Amino acid sequence: MNDSPLTSLLGYFALLSLFAVGGANAAIPEMHRVAVDVMHWMNDRQFSDMYAIAQVSPGPNVIIVALIGYHVAGFAGAGVAITAMCGPTCTLAFFVARTWDRFKGARWRMAIQAGMVPLSIGLIAASAFVLAHAADRNVYAALITAATAAVAFFTRINPLWVFLAAGVLGLSGWL
Amino acid sequence: MSESVAPPSSAVQPSLTELFHAFVLVSISGFGGALPWARRTIVEKKHWMTTEEFNETFALSQFLPGPNVINFSVVFGSRFGGAPGAAVALAGLLGPPLIIVSVLAVLYERYGGIETLSRILTGITAAAIGLLIAVVAKMAAPMFLKRWNSALVFAIIAFIGVALMHWPLPYVFLGLAPFSITFAWFKR
Repeated sequence: MNDSPLTSLLGYFALLSLFAVGGANAAIPEMHRVAVDVMHWMNDRQFSDMYAIAQVSPGPNVIIVALIGYHVAGFAGAGVAITAMCGPTCTLAFFVARTWDRFKGARWRMAIQAGMVPLSIGLIAASAFVLAHAADRNVYAALITAATAAVAFFTRINPLWVFLAAGVLGLSGWL
Repeated sequence: MSESVAPPSSAVQPSLTELFHAFVLVSISGFGGALPWARRTIVEKKHWMTTEEFNETFALSQFLPGPNVINFSVVFGSRFGGAPGAAVALAGLLGPPLIIVSVLAVLYERYGGIETLSRILTGITAAAIGLLIAVVAKMAAPMFLKRWNSALVFAIIAFIGVALMHWPLPYVFLGLAPFSITFAWFKR
């Protein structure tokens, strides 16, 4: 499976697609593990940069896989990565959508839904931890993180403004 | 294809072109997550679904693995236009962001080493981590209302397994999900 980078991208992201409960943000640790630790496609710095770029790009956060794919194998890599990440789960979604209404209120459905929540929470927390490890760390970065967490928790501000402010702070040489 | 799911009760039925346009709009407006924009467009502007129908459809998208908004576009699209509807909604949601991100990818590969850019990205990453913490805090808040809660234990084990032990996600998932679901089944 590791012969060609395209095959690796396809295999890893197709698998990840099926285990990413809680969406793209819950899959960050696994992406980091594969891209940095296992495959050595990039270093920590590049990984956290790509996360930042995906965050300030419009559209779904899952778009980070296109950045990873491009870094590994150019435009073909980007296409393969996003297709692999969305293909299996979209196929599943398409077929489940046809039967879903029948199970409205079914106990097993409630149990699965409720059972996934703690896993999502643990995984998204792990994403924050992994990114904090991969990114440059200093006291100013930590202050930005803490301030953003507080602002986002207590207000409903558009994240774009927070990113803008954080980017300007970074540019001004505080980081 | 067998007969498609009965479309929602609402009278307004989008055409394939309208579906595509709606999801293009959602994709390029949706900084930091596309869900609020999807809700605004589909429920408030176009009246294609009621709030309840939207919530139910979104619950399914969260229930499925993988990116939620992507799943949502497929479920929503297929509900109104079968397989072509799903394809059109997905293309609308992913197309524009893919073009933009491709340009950014090329620029990053060329100029990623420049210190100014790298400082800006460091700032944005720090903020993005803060956003993740806020998301976790909001999701986890209900857990702390109870004294002892199995859900909290599963969340902590998932965190330790993935963040500290660096175990592969599929193992952590397959190891925890059966227990987490069983506990949820017997609770309530």
